[in-house]
Amino acid sequence: MTATTLTAPAAAAEPAERALPLKTRLKRAERRKKLLHLALIAPLAVFLLLTFLWPIGALLKRSVDNPEVRGGLPATAEALEHWNGQGLPPASTLAVFVKEMEAAHGTTELASAAKRLNTEMTGYRSLIMKTARSLPLPDGTKLQDGLNAIDPRWGETHTWQVMARAGQPYTSYCLLAALDHTLDADGAIVAATEDQAIYLDVLGRTFWMSLVVTLCCLVLGFPLAYLLTSLPTRSSNLLMILVLLPFWTSILVRVASWIVLLQSGGLVNQALQALGLIDEPLQLVFNRLGVYIAMTHILLPFMILPLYSVMKGISPIYLRAAQSLGCPPFQSFWKVYFPQTLPGVFAGALLVFILSMGYYITPALLGGPQEQMASYFIAFYTNETINWGMAAALSTVLLGATLLLYIVYSRYAGQGRNTAKAR
Amino acid sequence: MLQAYASPLERTWFYAHRVIAGLILLFLILPILVIVPLSFNSDSFLMYPMAGASLRWYEEIIGSDVWRNALMNSLIVSPAATLLAVVLGTLASIGLVRSDFPGKALLTAILISPMVVPVVIVGVAVYLFFAPLGLAGSYTGLILAHAVLGVPFVITTVTATLQGFDYNLVRAAASLGANPVLTFFRVTLPLVAPGIVSGGLFAFATSFDEVVVTLFLASPGQATLPRQMFAGIRENISPAIAAVATILIVLSTLMLLTLEWLRQRSEKLRTGKSR
Repeated sequence: MTATTLTAPAAAAEPAERALPLKTRLKRAERRKKLLHLALIAPLAVFLLLTFLWPIGALLKRSVDNPEVRGGLPATAEALEHWNGQGLPPASTLAVFVKEMEAAHGTTELASAAKRLNTEMTGYRSLIMKTARSLPLPDGTKLQDGLNAIDPRWGETHTWQVMARAGQPYTSYCLLAALDHTLDADGAIVAATEDQAIYLDVLGRTFWMSLVVTLCCLVLGFPLAYLLTSLPTRSSNLLMILVLLPFWTSILVRVASWIVLLQSGGLVNQALQALGLIDEPLQLVFNRLGVYIAMTHILLPFMILPLYSVMKGISPIYLRAAQSLGCPPFQSFWKVYFPQTLPGVFAGALLVFILSMGYYITPALLGGPQEQMASYFIAFYTNETINWGMAAALSTVLLGATLLLYIVYSRYAGQGRNTAKAR
Repeated sequence: MLQAYASPLERTWFYAHRVIAGLILLFLILPILVIVPLSFNSDSFLMYPMAGASLRWYEEIIGSDVWRNALMNSLIVSPAATLLAVVLGTLASIGLVRSDFPGKALLTAILISPMVVPVVIVGVAVYLFFAPLGLAGSYTGLILAHAVLGVPFVITTVTATLQGFDYNLVRAAASLGANPVLTFFRVTLPLVAPGIVSGGLFAFATSFDEVVVTLFLASPGQATLPRQMFAGIRENISPAIAAVATILIVLSTLMLLTLEWLRQRSEKLRTGKSR
């Protein structure tokens, strides 16, 4: 560092600056350089903030947003915040509610508020619609009596509690739903009913499928990486091209190829039949097996590259030493060589696992409904049902799991700095 | 290598290992080879044995407005996204490698994170964010989103190259009177160019193969090549898909060879220096 500071600004220094002590001038030059480097990073940082971090933050916020009742009945939601939740709301709140319902009758905002309330309590939608139709109340009736006359449920504390809760600006509803839980009438967290509890299943499937793909990649990647390390450079470079070519080929090309290979009249089935192993073509694609095969194929290079770079750095001397000391070959491999490859195994496995957790295209094209992973449901809620709260909540859970693993990964691979793509 | 004194068991294992590794290589390369001949099939089945050879599927995709439009869209979006990612990523890499400040590791991790965040999440987030700004369904929006996905590859490759860069050369240039800008263009840039080109190739390949974000963000008229392939595979997988796939395979082979050439060239430069 000292050499840098000595040469940098000396030639350009102003005469006035020359009068300053050397220490001050050095400090100044250091600071200027630091600012320059930060200025180089700044454009990218700002760019990613605006087009990546901010949008993702906004998406995550949607998972706790609760806009419907606030949008349909803003003043009522506001007034209910001051209610203590005991007995029935005061007459002033009722007046706000009745006035707002009258004004909102027939608007889409009220309809979506009613839909939102219905998710908390079955029958709430019709209650809201019926009440809005029946207003205004006849002159002279007390508000509470008038509402009770329209529907006796307005006389129950629970009805108002539900509205107060659904009217809060933030809700844990979607996040809990993404973990198959919900709030009961008293606001306690309870397990969701069986027909609503589908998300843990999806998340579990995502984890399981990623794990299987990771193990397949490890089992296939390890022997190949080991062979590539043990070959002379010229032939290993040549074989490496066979690993890198699929890596560079479009994922959609590979998906299409696998459909061609695995279909019932495809080469794989033809070969198996020719060998007499099977009589009828096997169903190899559009099921779990097809997704596993294609995902393993796509992610295998991500396992091989870190494994290869770690194995390349292992000196063969240790293995020879073990053998010369009388250790049998397989044992020396297992006890001496294999432990040294573990950093590569972990880096590759984590990378493959992280990447497969976010897979969408391959299961969507090669799998059936039972093969769809978390990403599919995020896309489904965004495109098909336009339930952004649920899409955001599932994104939060998936992103949380991914980032946790990414932190572990960067701790591991950080020292070696050998991300698979760096090659 | 097999030693002369290896036991029979070791010999067997040695050859078994080679056979296994060969099968794994076959697994890797077979799907890419198998689709190429089918693009020259004269009938409309994607199956072996082929009926005969013809170029009809290539004629079909060249004559098809849909595919031509998709290619045009890809050629608008990918180069622009690559350029953006390379410029921003290279500048930031120089700043990152040369400086040392608290939180640098965290900042680097954040700048690389688009590589690991599930693409669907990026797609949904960017779509919901861009839609009110009028950027959804626009080329600008698509280019910005694709650039985000390309940035991590530029950063990893360029920082890796810069770490092997001899900073004394910059000092030498400065001591000979070159100003920082001149030094950058005449000394730094030519030496780290292979790293920048590889990063750019990665960014280009990422964008050129991107389908998920495009699925959310692009209007129907803005379907890129992979987006069109996605639709094609989903609806009716025909030899026309195989023809497009073959063209893409040729393209990725070219990119890979360029990259290999760059790598060998820089390796030669490095070893030449140390001698």
